[in-house]
Parts: sequence; structure tokens; C-alpha cells
Amino acid sequence: MKKLIKNENILGFASSLIAVIIGLLFGAIIIYIANPNVAFKGLSTLIQGGFKTGAKGIGQTLFNATPIIMTGLSVGFAFKTGLFNIGTPGQFVMGAFAAIYVGVKWTFLPSSIHWLVAILAAMIAGGIWAIIPGLMKAYLNTNEVIVCIIMNYIGMYTVNYLIPLSGNVYNSMKNQTSYLPSSAIIPDFGLNNLFPGANGGIIFAVIFVIIVHIILNKTTFGYELKACGFNKDASKYAGINDKKNIVLAMVIAGCLAGIGGALVYQSGAGKCLSVVDELAAEGFNGIPVALLGLSNPLGVLVAGLFIAHLNVGGFNMQIYGFIPEIVSIITSCIIYFSAFSMLIRLFLSSKSRGHKKEIVPIETEPVNEGGSV
Amino acid sequence: MDYVVEMCNITKEFPGIIANDNITLQLKKGEIHALLGENGAGKSTLMSVLFGLYRPEKGSIKINGEVVHIKDPNDANHHGIGMVHQHFQLVHNFTVLENIVLGVEDTDHGFLSMKKARKKVEELSKKYHLNVDIDAYISNITVGMQQRVEILKMLYRDNDILIFDEPTAVLTPQEITELMKIMKGFANEGKSILFITHKLNEIKEVADRCTVLRKGKYIGTIDVSKASKEEMSEMMVGRKIDLHLNKTVSNPKETVLEVKDLIVEKKGHKNAINNVSFNVREGEIVCIAGIDGNGQSELVYALTGIMPITSGEVILKGEAISKTKIRKRNTAGLGHIPEDRHRYGLILDFPLSYNLVLQRYFEQNFSKTGFLKFKNIKEYSDKLIKKYDIRSGQGAKTIARSMSGGNQQKAIIARELDRNPDCLIAVQPTRGLDVGAIQYIHHQIIEARDNGKAVLLVSLELDEVMELSDRILVIYEGELVGELNPKETSEQELGLYMSGSKRGVVS
Repeated sequence: MKKLIKNENILGFASSLIAVIIGLLFGAIIIYIANPNVAFKGLSTLIQGGFKTGAKGIGQTLFNATPIIMTGLSVGFAFKTGLFNIGTPGQFVMGAFAAIYVGVKWTFLPSSIHWLVAILAAMIAGGIWAIIPGLMKAYLNTNEVIVCIIMNYIGMYTVNYLIPLSGNVYNSMKNQTSYLPSSAIIPDFGLNNLFPGANGGIIFAVIFVIIVHIILNKTTFGYELKACGFNKDASKYAGINDKKNIVLAMVIAGCLAGIGGALVYQSGAGKCLSVVDELAAEGFNGIPVALLGLSNPLGVLVAGLFIAHLNVGGFNMQIYGFIPEIVSIITSCIIYFSAFSMLIRLFLSSKSRGHKKEIVPIETEPVNEGGSV
Repeated sequence: MDYVVEMCNITKEFPGIIANDNITLQLKKGEIHALLGENGAGKSTLMSVLFGLYRPEKGSIKINGEVVHIKDPNDANHHGIGMVHQHFQLVHNFTVLENIVLGVEDTDHGFLSMKKARKKVEELSKKYHLNVDIDAYISNITVGMQQRVEILKMLYRDNDILIFDEPTAVLTPQEITELMKIMKGFANEGKSILFITHKLNEIKEVADRCTVLRKGKYIGTIDVSKASKEEMSEMMVGRKIDLHLNKTVSNPKETVLEVKDLIVEKKGHKNAINNVSFNVREGEIVCIAGIDGNGQSELVYALTGIMPITSGEVILKGEAISKTKIRKRNTAGLGHIPEDRHRYGLILDFPLSYNLVLQRYFEQNFSKTGFLKFKNIKEYSDKLIKKYDIRSGQGAKTIARSMSGGNQQKAIIARELDRNPDCLIAVQPTRGLDVGAIQYIHHQIIEARDNGKAVLLVSLELDEVMELSDRILVIYEGELVGELNPKETSEQELGLYMSGSKRGVVS
């Protein structure tokens, strides 16, 4: 065990796992308080998640996971560079609108590339929405969190304003966007046959997970981004252009969140963007996904699938009379506790250090003398 | 023989390390007792235990023969123990008097009453020749004066066991002499002094006895008058150390770095660097000497590009680099061992290998079309680790944060020297390192010089300045006030320039 804890990746995974278990236990308590009679059935439904209803359930899980993997990637990527991208709701909704606009309006495009152009449009829109906080952070030293939050609201109201002005994009009967033509729907690559409800979106999400993983870990660009994230001063000393990297990191994060919007609304599941004064939940949900996944792209993939799994399980719990609000509370609590994984990680690593007390390797930095003086 | 303080078999553990392992220290009345050890030997921890900042796992403390439990600094004060910390504990926008009484103020119906305090402080200041202006604000007085305020704080509280934690680190040679006098005066009066240091000269000068610690363990207590410096350093380090550097006469050639009328402005202050001109040639070590905070950092930042310059010129190998980007300066032949290795020198969360290529990861050898060449980076790191004897737990993949300070510094030096820069700027390259590591780094710097590099050394340690440099430039309040030849000058003379009391002409 001691040896295992030494390994960074295993340490990360173990701490996330423990966080999830604590979260589930807490969820169980709430379920018991809410409805003791069917508590066990409810809990097992929640834990089974999408698996309870077989292939269809898995399809739902994959569908739910797609946007939060993208926004989770967005937040996690920015975290790695030392930025907190809380602007994912704005970037997500801008991406969604751009994708829908191109999807409905640009039917002159051949159907083989129409959907791809729509995704690209979403990517650009998300990127533009993130470049503003990026530029302000880099050149005016404005806190990116504040600018991102403002951009969220500007994004939401801009989209709400633009939808009714966009002619046939707007379905005034339902106060939402119109359905997309089939040429703008992402192909399902046969996934729909395997898991009804799933579509090509998840494949794109996985591709982006791999791309982000490669950027961060294999390229000089990722090296520079991480260097800036860990230590801005040392990066500057090494001649790395930190301002350029801040802007680029934000833009890439915004692109990822924007694509998340496209993947949801181009899924062909009949989902439409409603004109409501509410920030996109998929955007904010990227934050717990990134935290649970320790900002690691592969971790984000697993965390996104897990949270989607819980959401589907929570939805199924309604069969036993749990009202949606209670379900939301339970899943939120689990996610909330899961975010404690960092704390647990700290605890685990301090534990493993404690055991090594007798053998102090000479390489260890001696305890800072008089540190608390 | 009666002891004022007896610390018996003290053991203090921190997670992962035993800072004090069964240490015994006995302090006689009226003696100056030095506590000698390298960084991380456990000196400060032991003193913090005595001062009530840490509680030991094992062992007991006796004051005047009685076992006491010191829970916090107030308790320590109660037992007559006072401490001057390495980093002063003063409120900068309070006056000297206010700082002295802070915590033990006299009050009159709930209102502050300073009359009695003022009288007592004035008397103390006079009696011990401390010459402190008690109504001055801390922010306006020198570091040496601030230290005296700390001493007055102890005296005001009638402490007779005085702990000095590396008190000379921040002082000029003149101030050090004064402090030594003051300490001897205290001892003659019957006060007992514990003096933490790693400077052998100072121990030789004032201390009666000396206790040596190494890696948290008690090595021994010796009579200072009977031991030589070599013996003491051997006890401290655990092996024989040659305290003398073998340095040949320098043979400077072409000018590599030239600085002309450099001015660096500081907002709201006078210029941090004012009209500074000098040059550094191939094959010589030029040292900027001065007391901390006289513009050394700003000078280096301006030369390396971290800070913009206001006016003037920096010329490297005949090319003006005053406005050049940092990356360009680095690739043009500037090497920089930064002052703060944690803030600038390393990315602590990166593995050692990544840190070793921090200045050259973009080169063809280490990347191709934007992708890192991991194999080459690993090979290069292994080469440097071997060549410069950088010790780490897991070799190239060790996270830099987990390495010791000395090995972190070695990594930086390896990285900068291996790039083969024409001009090496080394800022306090040995700060906080132990004798062995210092010796190693000095040898590396001299070797670089002998290979024809121009070396600009910025150091606060006078010993280092005197030993390493071929030419000394003294900086005072952002201006160069003297150019000295280390062979012809003395530490005393250097001190006069450093404190601004003497000025010369810089060619």
C-alpha cells in the first residue's frame, strides 16, 4: 500500500475513489431521510445508474456524459495553466447557438460537411467568448473569474436576444430554436444501434480527451502551458511568453466548451436551445468533473462518465417516488463530496510520508528550520 | 557547575524527519554559547523548542535547575528567555518605543501610559550604548538598528537568557563588530547568551563554548579557545573540508558584458539603479558587493530582462540587448543563476529532467515540430546528473520540490553552465547551502572563469566576495560607489563602502 501511494497516478485515483465512496454514503443518508421505506431500492437504482435499463441506459449515460466531458476538459485544461475558467456556461451557450445557427441556416453546404462546419462554428464562438477574459487577464491583470462570470451573463442574454432575431432558427411557438436538418446532425457511427440514445458526440468527446492529453503531455506548447501554470516567474525567467500562453490557454478552453454546446444540440436527440434566463448547467458541471478528474484529461473522461451515470440513476429513482428535487440534492451531494478528492489526496500523501519516518532519505528537504517563527 | 539552562535529551519530530534527535545542551551563567551547524542541522528547531514555539516529543528543559514546561513564548519570557529572530518581528509603522512595549504595555485606567516605558528604554539604551532613536519609525531605520530594537525588547522584558538566531547575516562588518561588543557586554553582566550561527570566525571571536549539531544529531560541545576552525568545520560537516580555494590569477581578455549609464526606475521611490556603468571581461569574476536591498536584484533583473530598464544600455558581445526579449538574451549567451531558486530558478512541480531543459526544451535536440523528444531529454538529464553529481531520489523523474536545497541549486548550476554561456550572472549562488555544496559551487564558478567565461557574481556574503572575485564593485543605494581589488582591500574597508560612509571612483 505504501508503495502504491507513492505513485502519483494511483494516489490520484485512490483519493478520487475514496471521495466518491464518502459521497455515496452521504447520499445514502439523504435517501434514507427522504423515504426510508424504499431507501435501499432507491440507492441501488442510483448506483446502478444507466446499467439498470441495459443498452438504452448506457446510451443515456453516454449522451449525458458528452457535454460535461467537454466542459470538464475545458475547466481542467485551464486549471493546468493556472487559470480558473468559470466561463464555461457562456462559452457553451455561445457554441450551442453558433452550431444551431449554422445548422439551420447553412443548408447550402453538402451534407457530408455541414455538421462538421457547425461544430467548427461552435468551436470558434466558444473561443471568442474566452479570448476576452484571456486578454484581460494577460494584459490588464484582471481576475479571469470575474470577467468569465460577466461573460457568462453577456453570453446568455446575447443568445436569448439573437435567437428570436434569427428568422427560421427561432420556433416562436415553443420559444426555442428550431430542429436541425438531418445534414447538421452528427453521424452516430452505428452507436445508436448498440446503445439507443447514444450518438457520435461521445466519440468526439473521446477524441478531444486524447488531443488534450497529447497537447498537455507531449508537446512543447503543453510544456510551456504547464510551466506557466506551476510557476509564472520561473517561466518568465526561462523566456516563455506567459501572456501569449494565458490567452491561448483560455481560447483553447473556450473552444472545448463551445464544442460541448455543439455536441449536445447537434446530437439529433431533438434537444433545442430554449430562450430562458438561466446559465447553462452543462457549463458549471464541468467544474466538478474537472475537480474529480484532477484536471487530467483521462480523469475527466472517467469523471464525466461517472457523473452522467449518477444523473441517469437519479432519474430512474423517480420510479420509487423520489421527487426530482431530492434526486438533484443527492447527486449534488455526491458530486460535492467528490470534489474533496484533493483534500483526501493530501491526507493520503501525508500518511504515506508519516510511515517513512525512520528512514529519512538524504534527498528530502530538511524541515524548514524555524518555519513557524 | 550550575547551569542556567539545561535541555536534556530533546527529540523533536516533524512528519518525515527527525529535526532534533536526543540533543543535550547546557548553558552556563554568563557565557556566550555558540550553536553551530549547517542548514537543516536542527539549530533553529532546538531554539524554537526552548522559546516555546515547538513542543518536543521527548526530553526535558531545566531552568536554574528546575524542570519547566514551556508552552508558548509568553512562558519563555516568564522564565527570562528572550530571542532575536533571524527575521525580525517588528511592526513597521510603529515607533521603536511602541514596538518595544508591544505586548507588555502599561495602562492607566485602560489608557496607554508610555512614561515609565520611555524612561526605562532610554536608560537601557544608554547603559548598553545601543544609541537607538526611540521615536523613529521602524520603516525609517536601518536593519542594524532594527536588530538593536529587538535586543532592547529582550532587555525591556528583563530577560537574562538571550537567544540570537543568525544575527550577523544582515549586518555590515562594522555593525557585526558592534554587535559582538554588545554581546560581550551582556555576558560580563551575567546574562547568558545562545548564539546560532554557521560562521566560524564569529564563534572564534566571541563564544566561550560551542555545541555542534549535524543532521539533527548532537555531535559534541567544545571549548572554543582550544579548537581550531578546521576542527570545528569538520565536526559540523562530518568530513575534512579544505576552506581555501585554489584560484589562479585572472587573465581577462575581451569585454563581454558592458553596462552604460543604466537607470532603473522604481515607482514612488528614487531610482533603484542610478547611472550605473561597468563591464565584465572574459576570464574574470566581477563581484557586486553590497548590503541587501541596495539595488542588486533590480540590476540583475534589468540585465536579464525580467524588469524593463528606464534608460541606458546593456551590451552583450557588442550587441545592444537592452530591449531584447528574455529568450533571445538567454540564447545569445547570457546565463543566469537566479537569486531565488524557488521563485525563478525551478518549476518545483516539474520533474528534474524538465527543469534541466527549461532554457532549451525548444531546441532541435529536444523537440521536433512542437513535440518533445522524451528520449533525448532523458539522456541529456542523465548526463547532467552524472556530470554535476545532482543527487535525487528517482533520478531524472524526481519532482524538483522533493530535492534538497543544495541539489536544487546544483541542478540550476548544471543547467546554466552546460548551456555554455559567454556571460554568467550568478546571484547569491550559495545562499542557504552547506559548506560542502558551497565549496563545490565555488569551484564550478572558478572553472567557468578559467574556461574564458565572464562571470558577474552578486553576493551578500563578504567571505565569498573576498575569495571568489577578481574585481569588486560596491553598490550602495543603487549606485556603484567603489571599485576595489580583493587582494588590496580588507573586509573592514569594504564595509565602509557598503554602508555608504566611503565613496570612490568607478572607472
